[in-house]
Amino acid sequence: MTATTHGRPLVAARGVTRILPAAVPVTLVHDIDLEVTGGEAVAVTGPSGSGKSSLLYLLGLLDRPTRGRVEVDGRDTASLSSDDLARLRLERLGFVFQFHFLLPEFSALDNLLIPMRRLARLDEDAMRARAEDLLDSLGLLSLKDKRPDQLSGGEAQRVAIARALANDPAVLLTDEPTGNLDSRNSAAVFDIFQRLARDEGRAVVVVTHDLALAARADRRVELVDGTIVSDSRQG
Amino acid sequence: MPLVLRIALTHLRARTRQTLVSLLGVATGVGFSIAMAALMQGSQLDFINKIIDATPHITVKDEFRHPDEQPAARRFPDAAVAIVGAKPTEELRGIKGARRKLAILEDQPDLAVSPVLRGQVVIRYFGKDEAAAIAGIEPDRHRRVSQLAGDIREGRLDDLHAAANGLIVGDGLARKLGAKLGDTVTVSSPVGVVFKMKIVALFHTGVISLDEGEVYALLKKVQVLQDRQNVINRLYVKTGDVYGAFARARDIEARFGYLAESWDEANQDILEALQVRNVIMYTVVAAILLVAGMGIFNVVSTITFEKLRDIAILKSMGFSERDIRWIFVLQGLIAGTAGSILGWGLGFGLCRIMEGIEFKVRFATEMTQLPLYYSPWHYLIATVFAVTAAALAAFFPARRAARVDPVEIIRGAA
Ligand SMILES: Nc1ncnc2c1ncn2[C@@H]1O[C@H](COP(=O)(O)OP(=O)(O)OP(=O)(O)O)[C@@H](O)[C@H]1O
Ligand SMILES: [Mg+2]
Repeated sequence: MTATTHGRPLVAARGVTRILPAAVPVTLVHDIDLEVTGGEAVAVTGPSGSGKSSLLYLLGLLDRPTRGRVEVDGRDTASLSSDDLARLRLERLGFVFQFHFLLPEFSALDNLLIPMRRLARLDEDAMRARAEDLLDSLGLLSLKDKRPDQLSGGEAQRVAIARALANDPAVLLTDEPTGNLDSRNSAAVFDIFQRLARDEGRAVVVVTHDLALAARADRRVELVDGTIVSDSRQG
Repeated sequence: MPLVLRIALTHLRARTRQTLVSLLGVATGVGFSIAMAALMQGSQLDFINKIIDATPHITVKDEFRHPDEQPAARRFPDAAVAIVGAKPTEELRGIKGARRKLAILEDQPDLAVSPVLRGQVVIRYFGKDEAAAIAGIEPDRHRRVSQLAGDIREGRLDDLHAAANGLIVGDGLARKLGAKLGDTVTVSSPVGVVFKMKIVALFHTGVISLDEGEVYALLKKVQVLQDRQNVINRLYVKTGDVYGAFARARDIEARFGYLAESWDEANQDILEALQVRNVIMYTVVAAILLVAGMGIFNVVSTITFEKLRDIAILKSMGFSERDIRWIFVLQGLIAGTAGSILGWGLGFGLCRIMEGIEFKVRFATEMTQLPLYYSPWHYLIATVFAVTAAALAAFFPARRAARVDPVEIIRGAA
């Protein structure tokens, strides 16, 4: 990621509403306007059930809005096919969830290599070198041959972060990434996100209910009942 | 190795035991299909060869395919004519101009022809009577058309010339009469002529109706015995191309007007029975492969359910629905292919075992083996069917897996 992405809107929700069709329709989020630019780390907070995860899935093109639109790199994604959306996720987006979701049969290194091989933008040697660099930058190089069940929770979560970065995404979307970590590990992970935004020009969205952590972010967005009730720059 | 293949293999390895069971299912299906095809085709070819050996390729008879119309029906072609009390003429026809027709056929280089007079006789030996069909033959011509000379176990075909009234009988008939080589039997024809004839040779074809019901003598003698001087009522024809016999028979029939039947037309009912047998075989094979397919469906389904999280995360990473579908269809293809290769070994092994089995057919004196026919086609066809069935069986769980909504899984896991 180069500095040129700093300040550019990389992912945006424009008037996004998502209603689950049912006998009694459920509104997950309502009329959300949110733009995240390169270099920005946004903490999304709010009470349980306020629609934080729902918003993240919409921004990450895993779900489609009922009304409004989601833009990636300034491009509307509404008209794209599910294959096109998959392609965008592969090239531009990275996810980290509360649960690490590493593939259990593959080593830490292989877990990083899987999205890289799917994209196949680099040759095998370059992919390995990049994967090892990523693991190294997160202090995980010595664990590269370990399988997920041989890693601690904090280690696994850091491998998941490395994997989310494997294809050098413009946007990093994370949902309670520190939910299973103690406060020391949480702070460390959060600092990584800050660095990925500030130093590498990525747009980072961190959903969390940990207000102390949220306070460390550049910008804080608060959701209540599926709508944004406050959006403030801080720090 | 392609990425989706690697992931597919990893999933299978996580379910080794179930994968092996499904693989064995395919191997069994393929193995038995191969063994059965070898046995079926082997016995069919064996059977057809027996028919071809035992009967002339083409038989020209002194009959017509369509019986003559009654004169009344010819007179009133548009009327409904009922003929009451019509009696067939007693005329014993024979083939008119048989010698000339014989010469015409013999002019064709790929044909061998034997003129024959067939009739019925009763053979008596020490108070035992047996009815038989007698064929009057010219040994030198007949030798080139039929296997008779080769089927003779005692005596020789040429011994017909040596004795004054030589007779060749099947070993079955000889046993029923209690007669043996060199014995003299009494042969009487329907027209009342009675000959004393000496058994100069015994034959054995393995076809009971022939061994117990056919006898041979010189054409001239049979013409006298049947009181039909110079009459020939059959022309037995051997062609260079067995499977072209049907078309050839049609040509001959068109030319001479007489009924000309090829071996396959004459044995139509038996050949149809063989077809029915093939249908049964294919049904059994299809059933086995269906079971094999269910095994694969089972293992791939199980894996898709176990791997819902992996599917969700792969999709969130940017794997498309097609990628996910491929991962699981590949698992079916891998199990199908590996199972097929195992099945080749099993099928070949079964064939070798069957080949080793020796048994005695009723009344037979010598040991028989199962006739097996080896063909790479059996292996190829069984594999194509098995792999297709496997891919199909994997396709449905794969499609369902590809449609999994990652949001649902990720929410559920949190
Ligand atoms: N499939 C569904 N059917 C019905 N209601 C749903 C469904 N998915 C989500 N919801 C509801 O939508 C609302 C928003 O859910 P969402 O998961 O986005 O909240 P959240 O802010 O992430 O909560 P938490 O902090 O507990 O993770 C909740 O009230 C939830 O119960
Ligand atoms: Mg949530």
